[in-house]
Amino acid sequence: MRIQLTIAIGSLLALPAQAAQAAELNVSVQIPQLKVAEYHRPYVAVFVEGSDGRHAANLAVWYMSKDTAEGHGTKWLPDLRQWWRKSGRTLDLPVDGVTGPTRPAGTHELGFDDSHPELSRLPPGQYQLVVEAVREVGGRELLKIPFTWPARTPQSGRAQGSSELGTVQLRLTP
Amino acid sequence: MKRTSLLVLAIAALLPLGAAAHKQWLIPSQAVVNGGDVWVTFDGAVSNQLFFPDHVPMRLDNVTATAPDGSTIALQNASTGKYRSTFDLRLEQAGTYRIANTSAGLSVRWDTPASLAAKARAEAQGQPVSGPGAPPDTRGGFLRNASIEDLSTKVPADARNLQVTQTVGRVETFVTNGAPDTGALAPTGQGIELAPVTHPNDLFAGEEATFRVLVDGQPAAGLEFEIVRGGTRYRNAQEDIAATTDSEGLLRVTWPEPGMYWLETSLEDRRPSVPQATQRRLSYVATLEVLPQ
Repeated sequence: MRIQLTIAIGSLLALPAQAAQAAELNVSVQIPQLKVAEYHRPYVAVFVEGSDGRHAANLAVWYMSKDTAEGHGTKWLPDLRQWWRKSGRTLDLPVDGVTGPTRPAGTHELGFDDSHPELSRLPPGQYQLVVEAVREVGGRELLKIPFTWPARTPQSGRAQGSSELGTVQLRLTP
Repeated sequence: MKRTSLLVLAIAALLPLGAAAHKQWLIPSQAVVNGGDVWVTFDGAVSNQLFFPDHVPMRLDNVTATAPDGSTIALQNASTGKYRSTFDLRLEQAGTYRIANTSAGLSVRWDTPASLAAKARAEAQGQPVSGPGAPPDTRGGFLRNASIEDLSTKVPADARNLQVTQTVGRVETFVTNGAPDTGALAPTGQGIELAPVTHPNDLFAGEEATFRVLVDGQPAAGLEFEIVRGGTRYRNAQEDIAATTDSEGLLRVTWPEPGMYWLETSLEDRRPSVPQATQRRLSYVATLEVLPQ
């Protein structure tokens, strides 16, 4: 993190004009620590949908991509109900730069900019960040944060989960 | 009490046509799955409570599973128990599978000289001549799921008032591996069917779903559906939903909450395809999975 930060500041200093053009979308996703008898890390989908609810972009999907005695980890992806119907079921998994392994409890920072292959194709308009989490033998929770893309001014949003998600924050910089 | 007696009357009225008040159903363990080697297990039964087997198992003889490419795949580990039948399907293809118990046959009833005499006696004594309260010997002969040959071999020569009803029934459900498609949903053109406008494996609580209801492949207006969410054992009301197809045969349903839903409709008409029959009774049941938002 520290190294990245240094580089980011460095490039800001060197190329202030160019850096200012790269609109950034940062998401932090908190996975709460749960005291339960049987804990499995949640499957999480972080995606963007239009104000009409249509799928617009995939940012991150965390799932178990290994085989187990119960079958391949993709078997449980339909439990991310909304992500599955809107995008997952038509994807060829895994997706480079989007899918990755499940993550432990804690706050996970995700950074994207307008060079992202899907964000770069988004027509200007109203969107919602959707974070959906589902846990084996646990619950499911889905949070949404509205935003305008591309950001003309800095924007931020926050949603608070109550079971499978903690705080989800969205920050956009023009 | 009044309701009970009405129900008894309704059951009695339906009995001669072979459709008891019990609910038929085929239910998948889950309707939306994903994987290259994924299995779904099914139960089939006729019961009062949804979806708790409490009466008789569904016979599996006429259950077929149609794969996304239109081929028929084998039921595996099929077994019929006291209250339910069960089987598994291995979903090797991606797409939507249609699993249906179809029935086609004749219901035949007739009077015999003995039953006619009993009816005359009952009438003279002021008793009902048919239905509840009628003396048992007023009942004539009855055949269910009969074939055309049965008409000449099983109906006695002295039968009177022969009434032949063609029955066409379908009890079905759908499961999808990966993305839904419609290859297996192509209408057969026989009896009552549900053609997707909303895909039957793309149903979510709070959203309206639309289906085109077909009779012999043509949109059917004015068909009344009874729709009940499963789990009736654990609530005090059926909470059934009534919906009727519109002039274009479209059935619109907004699912109040997630769950497995049972949809039923039936229709009687005078358009049998069997010349020996004078009327026809069509019935349809689907079990549909509705997922949470």
